[in-house]
Amino acid sequence: MSNFYRDNPDIKAVVEGLDLSEVAELLEDGFTSEAEIAPKSAEEAIDNYLRALDVAGDITGNRIAPTAEATDVTGNILNEDGSVTYTPGIALAMKLFGQAGLLGVQLPYRFGGLNMPCTVMTAVNDMVSRADASLMNMVGLQGIAGTINAFADEEIKKEYVPKLVSGEYSGAMVLTEPDAGSDLQSVKTAAWQDETGNWFVNGVKRFITNGCGEVLLVLARTEPGSTDGRGLSCLLVEKGPKVKVRRLEHKLGINGSPTCELVFDNAPAKLIGQRKRGLITYVMALMNGARVGIAAQGTGIGEAAYRAAREYAAARRQFGVSIDELPAVRELLVDMSVDVQASRALAYYCSKCVDMEDGLSRKFEKAKGSPDAPAVRERMKKYAAFNKMITPMAKYFGSEMSMRVSSNAVSVLGGSGYMKDYPVERHFRDARITTIYEGTSQLQVVAAIAGVMGSMTCDVVDDILGAGWQGEHPRMKALLADLEETVAFVKTKDKAFHDLSARRLVDAAIALIITALFVRLDKGDAVNRWLATRFPPAHAGLEVVRGGNDAPIALFDALAPMPAAE
Amino acid sequence: MAYTCVVCVKQVPDTAKVTGKAMKEDGTINRAALPAIFNPEDMNALEAALSVKERFGGKVIAVTMGLPAAAAVLREALFRGADEAYLVTDRRAAGSDTLATSYILSKAVAKFSPDFVFCGRQAIDGDTAQTGPQIAEKLGFPAVTYLEKLDVEGGKVVATRDIGTGVETDRVALPALFTVTEKFGELRPADVRLVMKYKNFEPKALSCDDIGCEEGRCGFAGSPTSVNKIESVVLAGKGFKEIPADDEGIAALVKELRDERTIG
Repeated sequence: MSNFYRDNPDIKAVVEGLDLSEVAELLEDGFTSEAEIAPKSAEEAIDNYLRALDVAGDITGNRIAPTAEATDVTGNILNEDGSVTYTPGIALAMKLFGQAGLLGVQLPYRFGGLNMPCTVMTAVNDMVSRADASLMNMVGLQGIAGTINAFADEEIKKEYVPKLVSGEYSGAMVLTEPDAGSDLQSVKTAAWQDETGNWFVNGVKRFITNGCGEVLLVLARTEPGSTDGRGLSCLLVEKGPKVKVRRLEHKLGINGSPTCELVFDNAPAKLIGQRKRGLITYVMALMNGARVGIAAQGTGIGEAAYRAAREYAAARRQFGVSIDELPAVRELLVDMSVDVQASRALAYYCSKCVDMEDGLSRKFEKAKGSPDAPAVRERMKKYAAFNKMITPMAKYFGSEMSMRVSSNAVSVLGGSGYMKDYPVERHFRDARITTIYEGTSQLQVVAAIAGVMGSMTCDVVDDILGAGWQGEHPRMKALLADLEETVAFVKTKDKAFHDLSARRLVDAAIALIITALFVRLDKGDAVNRWLATRFPPAHAGLEVVRGGNDAPIALFDALAPMPAAE
Repeated sequence: MAYTCVVCVKQVPDTAKVTGKAMKEDGTINRAALPAIFNPEDMNALEAALSVKERFGGKVIAVTMGLPAAAAVLREALFRGADEAYLVTDRRAAGSDTLATSYILSKAVAKFSPDFVFCGRQAIDGDTAQTGPQIAEKLGFPAVTYLEKLDVEGGKVVATRDIGTGVETDRVALPALFTVTEKFGELRPADVRLVMKYKNFEPKALSCDDIGCEEGRCGFAGSPTSVNKIESVVLAGKGFKEIPADDEGIAALVKELRDERTIG
């Protein structure tokens, strides 16, 4: 057993390397808070952040990690009366996180929260996911309290947020339906109002993480006759007799996270915020936060798989040596390590951009009309634009990384890795969902490509390294030039070709941004490894795009028809 | 019914990290050579106190005796939810054996008029398990050792003790002292909000005079025990466990012995 913060110096190095001084100042409104525990300086705030991570490292490493295997085997239980019994490891974890105050990382002091940045939440999720990937889905649900805190009426905030922070209540984000997955605009669940103004929800929701929780934020159609996202609102439904858990899914992985099918039968509801803004404002905000969470989840799964592989390779002897003496195994392990560090750097940097946007947006609200306002607004818009590109990139990279690294960990363990006796097959199974939920990898690419086409990659690298980096980093400069040339080429082509090329463009942009982060974080070995192994395929991918070949589209039409089922 | 719970905690050298320099020539522990930690079973004692406060109300007061650096364990206690913390520190207390230590602690504990006093069963540095019961004796409190569970019924404590071959259930009137084993349950994690509140906390230091100790009963002067010599003793036990004769089996055995702090 060990403390997952103390045994992994990379977490502290990245948090410190990204410098959260301005984030802290924005969060604490210039250190004017009257809350007893509020920090009085950026230095103190950052010290608090690291102390919070130390507590999270203690819980995740010493208490949760030892339960992960049993949690995976046992799963949660749907009882005959429709209630759900959590597996013991998950129940313990939620109790400990509530006691530690870590279910309210980003929530305000007045509701028992820590008022800490998204970057801290991401580091917590990183450690949580290393201990038990499925627990991240539960701990990450504090985004529900965040949504209520950001958008609901004061009365609703006071009623629910403190209970979600203490762990007395848990929440669920209730969006997906059998016919509305990636395409949430087609949600059918309906909400109606009686003559006294009370809301009621009717419908079926599927794949709902912790749908058995007490506070359900439901996306429902409040505007009869509407067919798109503008007819959807966000409603809070409390667990009760009008909400039934009809089924718990049997899944490939993340077995500690109860995935529910829910039936709402005229369930009483409260409107959150304004009508019609459910999907377009609130759920999009919640979903972006959740995507950052998945980036952290991928990072933590990768970390766990890499460590298991390292440990095994050191102990396993073949051909008279431990297998970590073999060059092929060494390369696997080195690249796993660099991959995990890349994902951590990108996820934490992404979180910092989220923190900057949030903080500057609050500052702008207060500065409106003052001479400072336009400059604050300018910077806020810059980070808002970054986030539209960086958040999907971090989610895409972190989740795909967790698949690569956990798969390679199985390779390092060989036959043993395929067996249940070692944890890597669990990491491999747990990783698989990360590229799917909160938007598949393909959809993350769709979300990120606009920024890449708008030449934002260079702005992001400027933000990380300061302008003028191009003189010092010729390989990065060359890849950027290659990327921009390819972007210009794609702009001359049709939409289908844009879509087909998006992944390769995004991959090249990510390779550049991660290299910049490695440089910023003084990771010289990682920079060299990245330049040696990731830049050549990035250039090659861009060359493929510039070849102008749109064969997959035509080739699909030429495929032999699938025989009809008999 | 709200109770005042006093929990005695001790900062101890981490015996899992013992090196050749762990012992001084006079037979006492070289504390400078070892990292200092919260005595493991005192964590269980603190959890017992916090659980009483959680269930019945009241407050938890942590007390330690030691060098000023022992304030670290008091901060840890506050991070977990203790309400107050006091450090008994005095040159005159140096070299105290269990008799003198329990005398000094009993004087400190008495100041708070407790209903419950909790101690860890024993400390990993001395392994005597004497201090708790001796504090009870000096306070005139009943002592319940090896506590693994407690409840309150009709104003009395129903205490379940681990007696090695089974459990014994006692009914005890308050005030009483309990020594707690790891079976009571693990100490809850630090609450980050309390960490933020108490991270710079320095406890009020109490001297032997402050708590009314008599001259001659503290420190070397009050300690009839002196360590003559220390030797390695191998106990012959009946129970055995078969360890697979491979690298993994050996690694698991070493890990278990380390985790149990049997070896360093």
